[in-house]
Amino acid sequence: MANKLMSAAQAVAQIKDGMTVGIGGWGPRRKPMALVRELLRSPARDLTVVAYGGADVGMLCAAGKVKKLVFAFVSLDFIPLEPYFRQARQSGAIEVMEVDEGLFMLGLKAAAMRVPFIPTRIGLGTDVLKHNPDLKLVPSPYDGKHWVAMPALPLDVALLHVDRADARGVCQVKGPDLYMDDLFARAAKSTFVSCDELVESSHFAQGEEARYVPWERSETTGVVHLPYGAHPSSCAPLYGFDTKHFKEYAASAKEEGGWANYFDRYVQCSQEQYLERVGGPEAIAKLPLPVF
Amino acid sequence: MSEIALVDRIICAAAQVWKDDGEVLATGIGIVPRLAASLCMRSINTDLMMTDSEAWIVQEPVPIGPRGGYQVKRESHMGFARIFDNVWGGKRHAMVGPTQVDRFGQGNISMVGSDYAKPKSMMLGVRGFPGNSINHANSFFVPNHSTKVFVSGEVDMVASVGYNPARLEQGWSLEEVADVRYVFTNLCVMDFGGPNHQARLVSLHPGVTAAQVQEATGFPLYIPDQVPTTADPTPAQLALLAELDPHNLRASVLGA
Repeated sequence: MANKLMSAAQAVAQIKDGMTVGIGGWGPRRKPMALVRELLRSPARDLTVVAYGGADVGMLCAAGKVKKLVFAFVSLDFIPLEPYFRQARQSGAIEVMEVDEGLFMLGLKAAAMRVPFIPTRIGLGTDVLKHNPDLKLVPSPYDGKHWVAMPALPLDVALLHVDRADARGVCQVKGPDLYMDDLFARAAKSTFVSCDELVESSHFAQGEEARYVPWERSETTGVVHLPYGAHPSSCAPLYGFDTKHFKEYAASAKEEGGWANYFDRYVQCSQEQYLERVGGPEAIAKLPLPVF
Repeated sequence: MSEIALVDRIICAAAQVWKDDGEVLATGIGIVPRLAASLCMRSINTDLMMTDSEAWIVQEPVPIGPRGGYQVKRESHMGFARIFDNVWGGKRHAMVGPTQVDRFGQGNISMVGSDYAKPKSMMLGVRGFPGNSINHANSFFVPNHSTKVFVSGEVDMVASVGYNPARLEQGWSLEEVADVRYVFTNLCVMDFGGPNHQARLVSLHPGVTAAQVQEATGFPLYIPDQVPTTADPTPAQLALLAELDPHNLRASVLGA
């Protein structure tokens, strides 16, 4: 029986220069931040990053890991503008493929379905077409119209964070939204998942627990047990996002050497040290879920 | 007559945009649009659907700000993937806040500057604007009416499609690709109901002249002979608004 347990370093060691890496979650929500920090410490570079972006994208930009970014937005939501992503864009440091949130989803879906594109009306009449010349129009065989052919977005690797998983790669999300993580898993050749709780397989046999498993274990390549591995993003219903930490992170972008200082304090350390430096596991467990 | 706050006047006027929409998902991004949608659902079009701004359709609009003892009344799941299912079916009318709007009703929230590869100011990215704009009705709220927002040329990054014939692809008509309804600002209400979808002045807030609006707008407006004053809110509307915004978060929206 497959045992997919591994360390964060073992998972991230699979990411080579020039690969396309999809990152699950949405803005400040359920991002695999501990795996992202591992990636920040790794030698991998020239990455194409595909994400509904938050601080994951900002940090990878700040660290010079990103060659190209496929995105619809990069935002921390309550801090609308992601500071390090802005710096990277405004200095022309990264190539981008900027598409609609729904187009992005269709690209993952096409990759998951193993088709080259999905036709849609999304993007017609907008500069999404102008700035993405690779995004072609196709005539419909059924009407006289031209439609946008959203190309598949195949991923070499997907990094995801879930509430709980077993060693075989059965993953569970109990928060109210999947944020397309299921599509990231299906679009990727290899999917590495960090989990807050590692459980026995028998867990999923209880009551309705199996209904909260959004993809088959065949889509999971590796499982890394990282309690609070989404921090400073949220992992509802376990903990909310850390507004205080995000404010400190955003403020660092305004300081001389701010990223280097942030990196030294919060990235260049073990996950245990990190958890202590952000206030300890007990404090994270008490972070309230956001209210809108 | 007691003093009516401008923001209250705008919200109550904006609440009318969903009046004849029937059972659609009303999405208001930001305090003013969300309160307008909430007010409409409570008093004008009670068939409207709304979310809790997270992942659920709710039976009644959720008051904004800290909840106190208020319990959200869920009706169905409405995660992001399902929002797209709804968007693509067209049964939605959103009110959003673009950073730039042009004479075609095209909107931008992505970036500002003439060099896309190196923006003067990077903002959010196009988010869901391209898909929203070609699939369902959209209205805009702009808190600070100026030529910086209502630009003279095209917006720097066309994120939402408008009535620009030059951008039509083969087989499509303007009416199929765009449904820009109303624009609410701190000066007036506009729509794109002038000749050939020209931006048109619908009403002026008290004390504002058509000339002032034109001066603050980077493109020519269609100004009818008679432009009414934006309606006063009713006492019943104001009472509802106080319920929907118990912490008076709307007071700071216009920078007052």
